[in-house]
Amino acid sequence: MKYTKEEALIHKEYHSALCELLFQLADDDFILAYRGSEWLGLAPHIEEDVAFSSISQDMMGHAVIFYGMLEDLGIGKANDLAHDRPAEERKNAILLERVNGPGTYLHEPHYDWAFAVVRSYFYTGIKKIKIASLKNSSYIPLSQAAVKIEMELYYHLLHWKTWFTQLLGAGGEAKKRIEDAMAAVFPDLDGVFSFGAARTMFIRLALITSEEEIRQEWIQMMRPIFESLGINMPNSFGLESGNGRDGVHTEDLEAALKTLTEVYRIDQTASW
Amino acid sequence: MAETSSFDLLPDEQRLARFMERIETGEKIEADDWMPEDYRMTLIKLISMHGISEIMGALPEKEWVPKAPSLKRKLAIMAKVQDEMGHGQLLLRVAEDLMEPLLKSREHIIQDLLSGKLKFHNVFHMEAKTWGDAGLIGWLVDGAAIITQTNMLNASYGPYARALKRICAEEVFHAQHGEAIIMALAEGTGKQKAMIQDSIDRWWDALLMFFGPGDASTTGTSKQDITMKYKIRTKTNEELRQDFFSKYIPRVLSLGLKLPDETMHFDKTEGLWKYRQPDWSQFKQIIKNNGPKSRERLRLREISYTSNKWVLEALSVRV
Ligand SMILES: [Fe+2]
Ligand SMILES: [Fe+2]
Repeated sequence: MKYTKEEALIHKEYHSALCELLFQLADDDFILAYRGSEWLGLAPHIEEDVAFSSISQDMMGHAVIFYGMLEDLGIGKANDLAHDRPAEERKNAILLERVNGPGTYLHEPHYDWAFAVVRSYFYTGIKKIKIASLKNSSYIPLSQAAVKIEMELYYHLLHWKTWFTQLLGAGGEAKKRIEDAMAAVFPDLDGVFSFGAARTMFIRLALITSEEEIRQEWIQMMRPIFESLGINMPNSFGLESGNGRDGVHTEDLEAALKTLTEVYRIDQTASW
Repeated sequence: MAETSSFDLLPDEQRLARFMERIETGEKIEADDWMPEDYRMTLIKLISMHGISEIMGALPEKEWVPKAPSLKRKLAIMAKVQDEMGHGQLLLRVAEDLMEPLLKSREHIIQDLLSGKLKFHNVFHMEAKTWGDAGLIGWLVDGAAIITQTNMLNASYGPYARALKRICAEEVFHAQHGEAIIMALAEGTGKQKAMIQDSIDRWWDALLMFFGPGDASTTGTSKQDITMKYKIRTKTNEELRQDFFSKYIPRVLSLGLKLPDETMHFDKTEGLWKYRQPDWSQFKQIIKNNGPKSRERLRLREISYTSNKWVLEALSVRV
């Protein structure tokens, strides 16, 4: 069965599962786009600054779409959903909230490009598979949005794949740094696949395909690339820092929320 | 081709005469054309300074990108700052083409920036303390940039003129973006209104300085004469500053804001705005990288440059 907004508003169980999924999607994109915006002006070269920024904007745009759907579902104003929820209510994967590297974006930002490439590449690949599945989602507005989002993801994925293969292929220090970044990303990668406690509901209500299928598809997509670059795919990933879908988060998110709401909090009732 | 080779054989004075003739008749000079040394050097200096100013200019606003107070503003300011980096990229490419015969590249531009040899615009050395400043930069700094850049839209150097055409089109959106932030504050709470008045007060002198000194007597040097002789620009610094006053003073006042210069008035007989001169000795200090934020912002570029060196090395490996 397919649901319109009006139908989703009537069916309580469907409504709550759908909102859970939308929060996960929105919060993932929102926080990673924020991390991307911290990179502005600091990318390895000017051309990349422009390209990376364009990707971050698309991602923020996707978050706006998902928060907008939540607003339509009566959860609250999109702006407040993005700015006014404490860390424990956030549903993003922990991997995506982690800082870009030592320092802050204002002071001594010794950011790690290898980490940016690996995190962005892996996340974008997984997101693309989720979005492809969402094209068949039981929630009609979401399936429609997925079509548009998928087109943009094609370019994002190509962008990060190009970086990944170039840096690994170059060997030497670059290869070492990418391997270190992968060693930092894999132990938390399960958090990106996870749907948290709502996983069975998502499937039963045909909102999206299963975690397991998404994982298998991603591994299949990545395996030939890993093989051609002479690197190994680990047998299992991890959820070391905890599951963000359950509201478990780190100091990194707390600090990010403080920064990104600094002006908003001056006066929440004001129009900015 | 025959014409080119006979031109190559001409003595320098005749080449120069032919070059000036082209300039006078409004013909565009292209990257591979013969040009006198001072024309090339003036352009390199002007365009690399303009390009690097776009890039350094992204930094004060960038400070507010992660903090933008709504989803709409987050998207808008991300796009705006990205455009500025794009302008930098476009202009550095124009400068790089001019530098090629001198065997210099972008690497040299960045090195010159970090060593302090290459200057960037005074406004981008200033502190962007509040969200009001983020709005003011878009509204008035980009507004001022539109005025100086429009003045060079017909520059004799074709590649620069074409780049400016694209840039100016985007700057108009930037000024609208800045104006939208300012309007929201102006129509907002008392605190929000106070925020923009505070921004104007702090930025006013820097905005006046943006157009450069009126003549060489204030700072010792001025590139105005040579850029006008070669038809790179048409108006003087002072004429541009006057244009800025005419365009923006009424707008500033209509928002209920006060100018931090009680002497400012329009003299009808002279047809000129009369104003208090900013402290030009301070201007000299600022552009020597002794402004309030000069060191900090250069440090950001330096960090980006050094911590990403391995990336550039890896990019040069053929995979
Ligand atoms: Fe610009
Ligand atoms: Fe601009």
